[in-house]
Amino acid sequence: MLTFTDKGIYCEPGQFYIDPWKPVDYAIITHGHADHAKWGMKNYLCHHFTVPILQSRISPDISVQGIGYHETISRNGVKISLHPAGHIIGSAQIRLEYKGKVSVVSGDYKIQEDGLSTPFESVKCHEFVTESTFGLPIYRWQPVATQNEQLQQWVQHNQEQQKTSVFVGYSLGKAQRIMQALKDAGPLFVHYSIGKLNRAFEQIGVELPKYEIVDLREDVKHLDQGIVIVPPSLLESKVIKKIPYMAHAICSGWMQVRGARRWRSADAGFAISDHADWEGLIEAVKATGAEQVHVTHGQTAVFAKYLNEIGIAADVVPTEYGQEEEEESPEKKEAQS
Amino acid sequence: MRAFADLIFALDSTNKTTAKLDAIQQFLRDGEEKDKLWFLALFTGKRPKRPLTTTLLKLWAMEVTQIPEWLFLESYSAVGDLGETIALVLPPPTQTVERTLSEWMTDILLLKDQSESEKKAFVLQAWDTLPAQERFIFNKLLGGSFRIGVSSKTLINALARFYEMEESAVAHSIMGHWNREEVVFDLLVKGHYSDTELSKPYPFCLAYALEKELPDLGYRSDWQAEYKWDGIRGQFIKRDGEVFIWSRGEELVTEQFPEIAEALAEWNGNFVIDGEILAVREEQVLPFSELQKRLNRKVISKKMLSDVPVSVFLYDLLEYDGEDWRARPLSERRAQLEKLVAQNPETSLRLSEVIASRGWEDLPTIREDARSRNSEGLMLKHLASPYHSGRKKGDWWKWKVDPLTIDAVLIYAQKGSGRRSAYYTDYTFAVRRDDELVTIAKAYSGLTDKEIQEVSRFVNRNATEKFGPVRTVKPELVFEIAFEGIALSNRHKSGVALRFPRILRWRKDKTVADIDDIEEVKKLIPAST
Repeated sequence: MLTFTDKGIYCEPGQFYIDPWKPVDYAIITHGHADHAKWGMKNYLCHHFTVPILQSRISPDISVQGIGYHETISRNGVKISLHPAGHIIGSAQIRLEYKGKVSVVSGDYKIQEDGLSTPFESVKCHEFVTESTFGLPIYRWQPVATQNEQLQQWVQHNQEQQKTSVFVGYSLGKAQRIMQALKDAGPLFVHYSIGKLNRAFEQIGVELPKYEIVDLREDVKHLDQGIVIVPPSLLESKVIKKIPYMAHAICSGWMQVRGARRWRSADAGFAISDHADWEGLIEAVKATGAEQVHVTHGQTAVFAKYLNEIGIAADVVPTEYGQEEEEESPEKKEAQS
Repeated sequence: MRAFADLIFALDSTNKTTAKLDAIQQFLRDGEEKDKLWFLALFTGKRPKRPLTTTLLKLWAMEVTQIPEWLFLESYSAVGDLGETIALVLPPPTQTVERTLSEWMTDILLLKDQSESEKKAFVLQAWDTLPAQERFIFNKLLGGSFRIGVSSKTLINALARFYEMEESAVAHSIMGHWNREEVVFDLLVKGHYSDTELSKPYPFCLAYALEKELPDLGYRSDWQAEYKWDGIRGQFIKRDGEVFIWSRGEELVTEQFPEIAEALAEWNGNFVIDGEILAVREEQVLPFSELQKRLNRKVISKKMLSDVPVSVFLYDLLEYDGEDWRARPLSERRAQLEKLVAQNPETSLRLSEVIASRGWEDLPTIREDARSRNSEGLMLKHLASPYHSGRKKGDWWKWKVDPLTIDAVLIYAQKGSGRRSAYYTDYTFAVRRDDELVTIAKAYSGLTDKEIQEVSRFVNRNATEKFGPVRTVKPELVFEIAFEGIALSNRHKSGVALRFPRILRWRKDKTVADIDDIEEVKKLIPAST
């Protein structure tokens, strides 16, 4: 049912694309990260929660239809429904059913419940398309409660030394998780790019902890000993260095490895990710019962090889996903910023 | 192991020296006596013998995790450190046991006489009680090197601050022989078990690169010209019959050069001399790579002593008969140094040759020829200059020979280890031979972090195979490679080997069509070799 073209993942009987990277007539979007939600599609279909994100990031004038999880629509005889992917708010796996065959395109996903996005839900299918961003057994996340405690302890430690805590995390998804984890740890300040997305979330009824939007180009004295969250693009800029007496931490799955932490020379690195870890990927693939698995981005060769070894037919399909901040391995990310 | 783990974590997660110093001082305040002694021993290379091989550790980890070997190796190449890879792939611990560093070390010391199955039981048990971070430290304690985030210089600096002592005194106190079970930490650092005054070195006088034309220096006759050598700069101290050799890194290296220590012992007088340790055979100075074979070894074998004979080229006299001579002019210090050499038996200690030339005119030619002596170029020192502490502009200049260069294309890339494990940092370069590319050098340094990231991105997109640590890449990126010497060798396919190859610059203006041809490169080889 699925073909992998140079425009994106194509459903031939349904005549639509999923997360295409070149302009097409009809695109179903798994989630709002820029490598999955590109501009130029005549029509978009996505989860309700993703609508304001697309409008904010692409254009308010796009033709976009939002539907809920488990709601079914039909296109050229293909039954389409969205199922929670647990990656970020509004992220969805796309289930397609045609003549009794079921395919699922999962986009990006995580199994851990982050307390913000609708928890991942396994969908039985014949054909499953999976990511493999952290497809190596070295990637194993701590329980979310432990991760949150680590963030809180680090902030407390900084406060004891009269330091301001600066967190670097992706503005869509990660930033809100950090806010959630630190809602009682001190005054929260977010960079305006994060504030913009927060407002999109608030519009659709997501409740976020109290925060204040900060413009780092202006006076920053009031941030003293507070918690500041900025997107990764600011890491290299001089702006965060303007914050007096601060310590900065990077929150990303890549921080699992010492070499990556040291390379970025942050004061701390927390392995907190919106992607599935190794066990999570395997668990997710197994739970679908799929006969055929397509691996799209990340550790594709390794993960596909391993799936074949444990008796699950898998191949690697080329896509242009993984250009988003966290999905990128650190080397690519650096080169872009 | 909590306090020690916190220390390691703190040292590891910052590259700011002040933060490292703070972390060490915190540990000095909070750590237990026995743990502090272990910490000092581990960080100054007094590590017990490795009780088991890393191969065994790897096998056991694969057994516990049921990971196939290829996948383990993929993980290893993404992490760049075996102990860390194991720590990360193992399942979370099912038990918690709080033990101190010294308790762990005591058990690790006992392993040496145990059977393999006993060792295995101990290691698996330990893995199951330690969280990933402490597990990593445990694996490091078991084998391999223990160099985490702190140089011995930083360590000495931290101790010196904490105890309000001079760095050289701390270095002396902790470098010598001491037994963990016989000393008290405070007293050890304070030099209770050694006489620190006796070994005290002076700060080295350092030169800047020459930045003017020779005639602008004034009269040639006011300057002393010498060859600049690429060895180990050292201070050679003899006081009250005791001999000490310090490297420029403030490390006592007396034991690494027993023949020099012996020669110093044979000399009369009390003195402190600045000089350079070099590998010298039959009056020919050997490349640094030869001398390197002798470094960082615990035991210097007889074979090593005869394979790499060393000499010291003496530059300057800093102290004579208990008197500090550093304020006196170089001319006076040199005259006294010459006298000292003349009065003493001929040994491997020899004067650094003063280059005689009447005017400035001959010096450029002499400098050009320096490479044939394995010298790096020339040193110019004002005859009236005192022996400065540290780097001071104007009195001493170094005038190095320009490196040789070629243009070569990147054909293989490999990920670095440790801090650099996320990036392709180790490169192999090739030049042209007819229609094919032949490897000529590996280089690890010379690019900025930004450039490394850019090259890594290129490698990710243009690699031809997907498994293992080495990537063959499309020959497209051209780099200018600088090196200090060239000789015929079968180490690389091109049939030549470069000495100290490093990347001078990324030639984005050039394509693979512009790289050098091996026949042209071979013309750089000096006729004598």
